[in-house]
Amino acid sequence: MDLYEHQARQLFEEHGIVVPRAEVTDSPERAREIARALGGRAVVKAQVKTGGRGKAGGVRLAADPAEAEQAARRILGMDIKGHRVGAVMVAEPCDIEWEFYVSYVLDRASGGFLAVASAEGGTEIEEVAARRPEAVARIPVDPATGVHTATAVRIADAAGLPPQTVDTLVRLWKVLVREDALLVEVNPLVRTVEGRIVALDGKVTLDDNALFRQARWGQEHPAIPDSPEARARAKGLNYVKLDGEVGVIGNGAGLVMSTLDVVAGCGARPADFLDIGGGASARVMADGLSVVLSDPDVKSVLVNVFGGITACDAVADGIVRALDEVRLTKPLVVRLAGNNAARGRALLDARAHPLVEQATTMDGAARRAARLATAAPAPGHAG
Amino acid sequence: MAIYLTKESKVLVQGMTGAEGMKHTRRMLAAGTDVVGGVNPRKAGGTVDFDGRTVPVFGSVREGVERTGADVTVVFVPPAFAKAAVVEAADAGIGLAVVITEGIPVHDAVALTAHARAEGTRVIGPNCPGLITPGQSNAGIIPPDITKPGRIGLVSKSGTLTYQLMYELRDLGFSTCVGIGGDPVVGTSHIDCLTAFQDDPDTDLIILIGEIGGDAEERAAAHIREHVTKPVVGYIAGFTAPEGRTMGHAGAIVSGSSGTARAKKEALEAAGVRVGSTPTETARHVLDLLRGAAQDDARAGARA
Repeated sequence: MDLYEHQARQLFEEHGIVVPRAEVTDSPERAREIARALGGRAVVKAQVKTGGRGKAGGVRLAADPAEAEQAARRILGMDIKGHRVGAVMVAEPCDIEWEFYVSYVLDRASGGFLAVASAEGGTEIEEVAARRPEAVARIPVDPATGVHTATAVRIADAAGLPPQTVDTLVRLWKVLVREDALLVEVNPLVRTVEGRIVALDGKVTLDDNALFRQARWGQEHPAIPDSPEARARAKGLNYVKLDGEVGVIGNGAGLVMSTLDVVAGCGARPADFLDIGGGASARVMADGLSVVLSDPDVKSVLVNVFGGITACDAVADGIVRALDEVRLTKPLVVRLAGNNAARGRALLDARAHPLVEQATTMDGAARRAARLATAAPAPGHAG
Repeated sequence: MAIYLTKESKVLVQGMTGAEGMKHTRRMLAAGTDVVGGVNPRKAGGTVDFDGRTVPVFGSVREGVERTGADVTVVFVPPAFAKAAVVEAADAGIGLAVVITEGIPVHDAVALTAHARAEGTRVIGPNCPGLITPGQSNAGIIPPDITKPGRIGLVSKSGTLTYQLMYELRDLGFSTCVGIGGDPVVGTSHIDCLTAFQDDPDTDLIILIGEIGGDAEERAAAHIREHVTKPVVGYIAGFTAPEGRTMGHAGAIVSGSSGTARAKKEALEAAGVRVGSTPTETARHVLDLLRGAAQDDARAGARA
């Protein structure tokens, strides 16, 4: 889960990293008051979980409180790369002498964390990294020891950062470890004309697996309350909405991803990713089916289950149960293989629903579901 | 021979007395695995009966190793305790720790794999189905009755795709199938398994299953080009996955232009790997290659 900039700022501050004075608000009038309290001049920054805010007009410098209010009015409600701006952070401006880039990031290749640092921070850091990789230092961190002063000195040296940044590097590592973060990034970390080291902007990505011991931030809420995604989350299902017309339900992330690809290969587009997981019960299957059927874009549904741990008769039982709970208005193609598949197929045969058909292979099932979706009459034309 | 796991392997189960541990220990025993004990400090000294086979419960991994000579552990303990469980196993000198547990925090995964590496313990997983050497031993939750012993080696990030391929090629059979897990940090990589299969005299062909996220498949492709002479057939899942969304597995995410299925497929093909567009086509590539090899052998035999 990504944090908002103001949440990252708060974490940095709690760990003793110097950050600009700032407050968050969703009201332009309040933005004016905050700017006044900060001394008049202020930076008004959109709070969205995406990059490229500045280029999209989501960051404005205000010369006085009235301008801060105006800026907030313009930024609030903006759409930045599909993210609606619901709040702005009003911060004191800094007179920047030098911009750095520092981060700790998970490196999957080595199975550990890397310190990444550059004396050429700012919005162009990705171009710097692409054009002149030697300007970006990448130093593996030993997980057994972490980052203490000696390591931080090595990182600063390698990147050409002034020794003043060492303290920030050590504290930033503490943020990473204590918060169970996968990424902590400060860009830019600046030296002001007064010689202070300040974390001007930050990004923190937390590990969803660690939520059990990091309850503070809570679960992320889906953007649209009454969507299939919100319903899936409420039922604890692993669901991702896509923009096609074939609803897909399967067991195991790999098999479901593969099923989406096979559907696409048949000339249709998958409407979702829904993994009912290993050992899924009839209840989970019924919940999954009701979520997928609630998506108005879905024209046919493909259930692809390979019973390893999952018992196919439990899956079939879930489908039969769902048929009793929700009125099926879209064709359903079911492919069951593996553990208890024969019993599962027999259960579905016995239910003999006119809109439910079975297929024996994954490719055959996908072809059939794709054909049903693309041949289905448009809504309103039925009957 | 096979890799990592044979009928000689003596297997401990950490978390055996929990619901999942009980269920899968029963299955492992039925598949012929030599399960020599469970570990649970609160039930030390007791035994558990599995369909007539009595399995002792030890207070610690070290005690289990000393009493039984165990060299493999299968870990079913909850996420919050998994790091401690693997560290304990590594410190007790266990050679192979198979971590089934899903949802282990990444910082714990980093720490436990680093510790195990330093102690010389191979970790498979976390968040994986384990590994099976059909007809010999099964360490984890892979259903043992899908396939039979054979000469294909398989390494995969995905459990159910592993089962699907085992099923498609059930008439040929497998030497060892390894589910390495789909988390961002895992103890055993595709490359580790490729190396082991290349050196295994009982493996003729290797199937590599990957999915979006990271660059493990690209690195595997570079390794294949340099070091693998046995035929390799690949499959990659996630061509239709949208950017920036996690697809079930914590590690299955396309970030910007990196981690895409297309890049992985192209890297593998450039290394001479045949990559199937569906699991079924992947199985067909395997059949074609083995049939071709059989014909070559026959021709060589006819000439001799």
